[in-house]
Amino acid sequence: MSAKKPTPADLIQIDFNPGKKDWMDAKIDFEKKRGNWNYQVLPKSAEYVGMPYPRKWSPADEDWKLPDNWQKIIFEGLRDRLDKYRSFKIFMDICVRCGACADKCHFFIGSGDPKNMPVLRAELLRSVYRNDFTAAGKIFGSLAGGRKLTVDVLKEWFYYFFQCTECRRCSVFCPYGIDTAEITMMGRELLDLVGLNIDWIGTPIANCHRTGNHLGVQPHGFKDSIDFAVDDLEDITGVRAEAPINKKGAEILFVIPSADYFGDPHYFGLLGYIALFHEIGLDYTFSAYASEGGNFGLFHSNEMMKRLNGKIYNEAKRLGVKWILGGECGHMWRVLHQYMDTMSGPADFMEEPVSPITGTKFENSKSTKMIHICEFTADLIKHNKIKLDKSRNDQWRVTYHDSCNPARAMGLLDEPRYVINGVCNHFFEMPENTIREQTFCCGSGAGIGTDENFEMRMRGGMPRANAVQYVHEKHNVNLLACICAIDKATLPPLMEYWVPEVEVGAIHELVGNALVMKGEKKDRTDLRGEPFVGTETAGKEEEANV
Amino acid sequence: MKALYSFFAVIILIALAYLGITADMTTFFGLVLPYIAAAAFIFGVAYRILIWAKSPVPFKITTTCGQQKSLPWIKNSNLESPHTTLGVIGRMALEVLFFRSLFRNTKMSLKDGPKIVYGENKWLWLAGLVFHWSFLIVIIRHLRFFFEPVPEFILLIQSLDGLLEIYVPVLYMTGVALLMSVTYLYLRRALIPQINYISLISDYFPLFLIMAIAITGALMRYTPLRVDIIKVKELAMGLGSFNPVVPEGIGAIFFIHLFLISVLLIYFPMSKLMHMAGIFMSPTRNMKNDNRMKRHINPWNYPVDTHSYEDWEDEFRDVMKEAGLPLEKE
Repeated sequence: MSAKKPTPADLIQIDFNPGKKDWMDAKIDFEKKRGNWNYQVLPKSAEYVGMPYPRKWSPADEDWKLPDNWQKIIFEGLRDRLDKYRSFKIFMDICVRCGACADKCHFFIGSGDPKNMPVLRAELLRSVYRNDFTAAGKIFGSLAGGRKLTVDVLKEWFYYFFQCTECRRCSVFCPYGIDTAEITMMGRELLDLVGLNIDWIGTPIANCHRTGNHLGVQPHGFKDSIDFAVDDLEDITGVRAEAPINKKGAEILFVIPSADYFGDPHYFGLLGYIALFHEIGLDYTFSAYASEGGNFGLFHSNEMMKRLNGKIYNEAKRLGVKWILGGECGHMWRVLHQYMDTMSGPADFMEEPVSPITGTKFENSKSTKMIHICEFTADLIKHNKIKLDKSRNDQWRVTYHDSCNPARAMGLLDEPRYVINGVCNHFFEMPENTIREQTFCCGSGAGIGTDENFEMRMRGGMPRANAVQYVHEKHNVNLLACICAIDKATLPPLMEYWVPEVEVGAIHELVGNALVMKGEKKDRTDLRGEPFVGTETAGKEEEANV
Repeated sequence: MKALYSFFAVIILIALAYLGITADMTTFFGLVLPYIAAAAFIFGVAYRILIWAKSPVPFKITTTCGQQKSLPWIKNSNLESPHTTLGVIGRMALEVLFFRSLFRNTKMSLKDGPKIVYGENKWLWLAGLVFHWSFLIVIIRHLRFFFEPVPEFILLIQSLDGLLEIYVPVLYMTGVALLMSVTYLYLRRALIPQINYISLISDYFPLFLIMAIAITGALMRYTPLRVDIIKVKELAMGLGSFNPVVPEGIGAIFFIHLFLISVLLIYFPMSKLMHMAGIFMSPTRNMKNDNRMKRHINPWNYPVDTHSYEDWEDEFRDVMKEAGLPLEKE
């Protein structure tokens, strides 16, 4: 049943000509399109968190077993959201279809599918809106750009709203700032109302609601993972760090995406955090309850996002911390920066964040009271509070991938670069149209980083990979640094597919490598267990120089 | 096909106006309809804005196109990622006056290698800017018909516009620019496959309508179809001072011009042309990126079911105890 994986040579044959057929004719052949969509949510997960209409179905089936009144549910849901979100209403009304967004979407660039042009992705929904919610559409129907909501249209929504990673790149180029992420979010909420969702979103949500994290790691498992990391760090550096969990009265609560203690190469970043906090003597605690900073609720609905987000402030309050520090994760930071305070605040039980090491007041977070680890570390480096040996990263020629959400929903652009430049000797930027606010998505964000969606992921990631290939060929870059857990999970296969010589790593892995620790052992290695460049061949090099 | 529909719609409108004038309906086309159109425009636009404003802005979802305000020694970009009201005003001004976002536009092409190349592509930006600015200046110039004496600044703009002093009567540059840019905007819809694919009837219609308005205007000024400008001013002043009169002997071409403008005004509030007002209310552009500094209030922020710590500990107490994790309740 699983799709045959196409080769890069196959994928690169892209036809950008949309053809003459009217786009309003909707009919997706899901069987033929295997590799481009995600499996349906398991009823068990859907039931656990109370998603509507849990049932057994498959996108490949003709009959999706929709509730009888599905159209009514969608229309009511649409009306409700138009009344609740000015963004949605305005974005439905003001697009002039200038097409500036068209070739800005990584999925369009990688697939050539015209419905992956952001403008048309939005039109899929807009056409129904025009038909049933505007006077012109009600009178003139298709002449006014209206389209009836049929099962095929609904299936098309499912196909294309789960082919958008909500990366907001199109929104940067839109003359009115129309944000496809916002439209995709609404589209997904509507689909969910009739029980259409995907498992890669539904099951992590159910896990997260139950255990506190997407991976379903229970508290004792969480403790094992952190303890294991502490042991590992001791093996590598000879330094025994402390990593407290659920410690009441700690100054700072540290929240990370669960992949950091479960995945690779995320894990090396976790070692980096623990090493850094030990070195500066930070009074912090992990939490086994708030054991997930990420929030797949963002990819499901506003309500689900809020349900999963609540634990962070709850736990900060219970533990009595002064403020919260957040690890490397992309969409997590969209939620923390743009949603958390509004949804789950006010955080008036905490204090304005102050770095206990440098005394820096983080005035930019005086309300939310949560600081990004790159802001924190950049401040440490600026004030020379840690001893760094950049040459310990000389095995890496580094480029940096701006993750979509920190870049376009936060503006965290220069802090990570400052950290990288503080800990590495060899840093090279990718071309300017592919970094900072114009950064390209990994192609697997927003809950669609699944195996069954492999083809579309490789297509969507192609623009990013292509920019990496450019610096790889020009500067011999061999490490793609990033600050997003989804990136760290999905960029390695993307690199393997398009640019096999490049590895992926966390910024705090590089920090941990460069960090000169008090009492570290002589033969310490980098966090991956490899000897530092120079240490193993130092003698030989000197000879050669003579 | 969609372009043809729109084209013929405009032709039919012109024919309607012509038939109406020959049937001596000048009062309707010269007085009644312009008033209806003006009212439809004003109330229509206001209504649409009110409808938008009725929906709240639950979240602060700024699209950040530059460095945030964070540490004091990191230079933030207050125009691309504004954290102050002044920054937002600046960002919006750049957007509205100079089409900042469109200025970023690039064109992607896939070369062998494979290599993706992003080339400069400022044509849409340039044509859009020329179109909107020249349209604005044309409208300001037309205000001379409504005032006696004509205010200085209108005369100034008018004389600047005719600075080239070619042709008699003097050719207005903005008239030419308007026609050229609107033609470009049409041609790109017709010729670029992707843009053609996404274009709707409602994308072509306003282009043809504005084209027709510009052409009828030019015909009246530069060709033997010339109309008596004194009488036109008489009519305009009458409309403006609510003492409407239709002077005898204004050519049919003028009434066609006026009719098409009336249609544009009526069509405006129910069309995508509302982007003129919408841009100011677009949450990704008109909000500050000060999310963590200042809490944004969502008026419908309702309580939801979260998994409380107490319930969570109840579920995992045994394994936590075994792992030596601290507990609230033993």
